[in-house]
Amino acid sequence: MNPNVLEIEDLQVSFFSDEGEARAVNKVRFAVPRGKVLALVGESGCGKSVTSYSVLRLIRKPGKITGGRILFHSADGSSVDLASLRENDPRLFDIRGNRIAMIFQEPMTALSPVHTIGNQLEEVLFTHGKPAKAEAKARVIEMLGRVGIPAPERRYAQYPFELSGGMRQRIVIAMAMLSSPELLIADEPTTALDVTIQAQVLALMQSLQRETGSSVLLITHDLAVVAQVADFVAVMYLGRIVEQGSVREIIKSPRHPYTHGLLESLPGLHGRRERLPSIRGTVPGLFDLPEGCPFHPRCDFAKKGLCDRGEPPPEQVTSDGRRLCCFRAEEMAELLKKRDGAETTA
Amino acid sequence: MNIYNIDDFGGSAVNPPLLAVRDLCKYFPIRSRGLVRRKVGDVKAVDHVSFDLYRNETLGLVGESGCGKSTTVRTILRALDFTGGHAYFDPEGNGRYVDFGELTAHELVPLRRAAQMIFQDPFSSLNPRMTIGGIVAEPLVIHGLARGKALEERVDEILVKVGLKPEYKTRYPHAFSGGQRQRIGIARALVMNPKFVVADEAVSALDVSVQAQVINLLDDLKREMGLSYIFVAHDLGVVRHICDRVAVMYAGRIVELAPTEELFERPLHPYTRLLLGSAPIPDPDRRTLPPNPGEVADAGNLPAGCAFAPRCPYATAVCRKERPELRTMSPLHLASCPFAEQ
Ligand SMILES: Nc1ncnc2c1ncn2[C@@H]1O[C@H](COP(=O)(O)OP(=O)(O)OP(=O)(O)O)[C@@H](O)[C@H]1O
Ligand SMILES: Nc1ncnc2c1ncn2[C@@H]1O[C@H](COP(=O)(O)OP(=O)(O)OP(=O)(O)O)[C@@H](O)[C@H]1O
Ligand code: SF4
Ligand SMILES: [Mg+2]
Ligand SMILES: [Mg+2]
Repeated sequence: MNPNVLEIEDLQVSFFSDEGEARAVNKVRFAVPRGKVLALVGESGCGKSVTSYSVLRLIRKPGKITGGRILFHSADGSSVDLASLRENDPRLFDIRGNRIAMIFQEPMTALSPVHTIGNQLEEVLFTHGKPAKAEAKARVIEMLGRVGIPAPERRYAQYPFELSGGMRQRIVIAMAMLSSPELLIADEPTTALDVTIQAQVLALMQSLQRETGSSVLLITHDLAVVAQVADFVAVMYLGRIVEQGSVREIIKSPRHPYTHGLLESLPGLHGRRERLPSIRGTVPGLFDLPEGCPFHPRCDFAKKGLCDRGEPPPEQVTSDGRRLCCFRAEEMAELLKKRDGAETTA
Repeated sequence: MNIYNIDDFGGSAVNPPLLAVRDLCKYFPIRSRGLVRRKVGDVKAVDHVSFDLYRNETLGLVGESGCGKSTTVRTILRALDFTGGHAYFDPEGNGRYVDFGELTAHELVPLRRAAQMIFQDPFSSLNPRMTIGGIVAEPLVIHGLARGKALEERVDEILVKVGLKPEYKTRYPHAFSGGQRQRIGIARALVMNPKFVVADEAVSALDVSVQAQVINLLDDLKREMGLSYIFVAHDLGVVRHICDRVAVMYAGRIVELAPTEELFERPLHPYTRLLLGSAPIPDPDRRTLPPNPGEVADAGNLPAGCAFAPRCPYATAVCRKERPELRTMSPLHLASCPFAEQ
C-alpha cells in the first residue's frame, strides 16, 4: 500500500475572466501520509479552499484545473489521478462523500434549508448502504450526541435555521463522519465553535481518525489548533506552498519569513498588547503578482537583485533537512536568530 | 415613540450608557410533531439578560456554542422580536433613550444608521446577485446618504480600510474567499459611520495576520469615531486583546461580567474557568485536548437550579434547587455562583 493516501503534484488552478487568468493555485505539491493529519495553513485568499475543492473536482467555471496530478491511493490498493478524470466519471461519484468526505467552510452551503437535520444525515447512510430506517435514525442520533449537540432527538426533527451557527457546523461534521471516509478534508471545521466544543470536536475527529485509520487534510488558519492536532503542516502563500514540515518544525522553529510572521501575529493569551504585530503590507492581487519571490514586498529579509527578479524560488531542502521556497533558505536560520536576538535585547 | 431617561431604567448618571439592556428574553416555541403543531415548551435562548454598554466601549460576549449570543444581539437590534424586556438606546447621545423592544418597523429605520451589525455567516448574509460595490453602497443608497462620485469614493475608501482592493467592486461574492467575504460584511457595516456596531464572530473566519489587521482597524475606528462595540467571539485571545469588559453567557444567561483583565486573571464562575482552561495552546509539545468536556446545556430543557450544575465540580444540593442570581462580587465584577467568592 502506498504510504500516502493523497499526493498532489504541481497542481495548477486558474480562474478566467475579462481581466485575464488568475492563478489561484500554482505548482502546489504536498502529500497526506496515511493515517496522519496534514494541516494546510495560510492567509485568507491564498488558495486553501480552491486546493481542497480541486481534490473533489468541485472547481466550476470560470475556474479550471490547468495542470498537475492529484493521486488518490485507496486502501484497497487502487490508485487514481483525480485531476485526469472527466467531470461525469462514475469513479468520482464513488469517491466523493464515500472514500473522501469534505467538511465545507460555510455550513449553510452544505445543508438544505428545506429538509430536517435527521433526513439530511440519514441520506448519507442511505447513499452508502441500505440500513433499515430505524437503524439509520439510531446511528444519526448517536452521532449528533458525539459531536456535542444537546437533545439530539429533538434536533433530529429540526431545520437548519433553528440551530445556532456552531451547531450547524457540527451537523456538517457529523455528516462527514457518518460516511467513515478514508480521507477527510476539513475546511475550517472549528472556526465557528467556542473553545470547549472545539476541543470536543477535535478530540472526536482524532479518535474517529484513529479508530478507522483515516487521514485528514485539515484546512485552518488557527495555529493553536494546528499545534494541537496536526502531524504535518504545509504553509501556503499566494497560491504556492512556501514551507512544509512536521508540526514541531513549523510551529516551534518556523524557517520561512512568512511562516515566522504568521506565528508572530497570534493574539496569544499573554495579556493585552497595544497593537497586534501583523505582517506588514497586504497580500497582492492575483493579477499583479510580484516578480521573483511572491513574498518579497513584505519580507524583512528580501535582498535586492536576488529576491525581486525572475521566477519564484523553487522548493529547497536545506542542509538540516528543512523544506522551503526561499532564495535565502540556507542562511535563514541564522538571519532569524540574529533578528530575534536583537529584538529581545532592544 | 416613548422617550426614556436614565432614571427609568437605573443607569449611572456619571457615565450614562449608550445602550442599557434590561431583562431581555427571547424564547422560541418547541412544537409537537404531526399536523397540529401544538406548542409543548420553550427554548429559552435568552433569559433575563441585563447589561450596560458604555460609549467608546467594547463589550465582549463569550460562551458556548448555542448559549444564545447571536440571539441576544439579534434581538437587541430587532432582527427578532422581543419575548420580554427592554433595550434602551441613546442614538443622539443626549440622554434621550428609545426602547428597541417597542419601536415599530417604521420607527426603526432611522436607528438602523446608528446601529449596525456584522453577521456571523458571511456567505448567507451577502446577496449573491449583487456586486461587491453594490453590496457595500446599498445602505448608503437606501438611506439616501450619498450618490454619484461621492458614493463611489466612500465605497472605495472603506474597501481600502478593510484591506480589499477597490478594483474588486465589480465582482460577485462567490469569487471571494471566506475571509474576504467577511471583510465585505465589515465594510458594509462601517460605511454608514455607525455609533454602535455588533460584530458577531466578525473575525473568526480570518487568518491571524488579516485578523490582526481587522482588529487593529476596529480599534482605530473606535478611537477615531467614538464607536462602541458588542463583540461576540469565541477566540479568547482576540477577546482579551480587543475588549474592555467581557460578559460570559451560559444557557441563555449572563453568568459573569467583569473588566477584561480582571476576568482573565481572576475568573470567578466555574464555567468561566472551564472556558478559559479549554483554549488550545499553540504548542505541539503540550497537547491538551480533553477526552470529554462534559454535557452541553440544552436551552430547551434546563434544570431547575443552576444550568451549569450538571457539569460543575463544585455543585451542591443548593445549586440544583435554586437558580443563582447575578451578584456583585467586587466593584465592577459580577458573577452568578454562590461559591464564586471563595
Ligand atoms: N469562483 C471564483 N472566481 C474567481 N476567483 C476565485 C473564485 N473562487 C476563488 N477565487 C480566488 O481564488 C483565490 C483563493 O481562494 P480560496 O477560497 O482558495 O482562499 P482560502 O485560502 O480558502 O481563503 P480563506 O481562508 O479566506 O477561506 C482568492 O484570491 C479568490 O479570490
Ligand atoms: N429561529 C430559531 N428557532 C428555534 N430555535 C432557535 C432559533 N434561533 C436560535 N435558536 C436556538 O436558540 C439557542 C441559541 O442560539 P444562538 O444562535 O443564539 O447561539 P450562539 O450563542 O450564537 O451560538 P454559536 O456560537 O454556535 O453561534 C440554540 O439552542 C438555538 O437552537
Ligand atoms: S526569497 Fe527573499 S523575499 Fe522571499 S522569503 Fe526568502 S528572503 Fe524573503
Ligand atoms: Mg477558504
Ligand atoms: Mg452565533
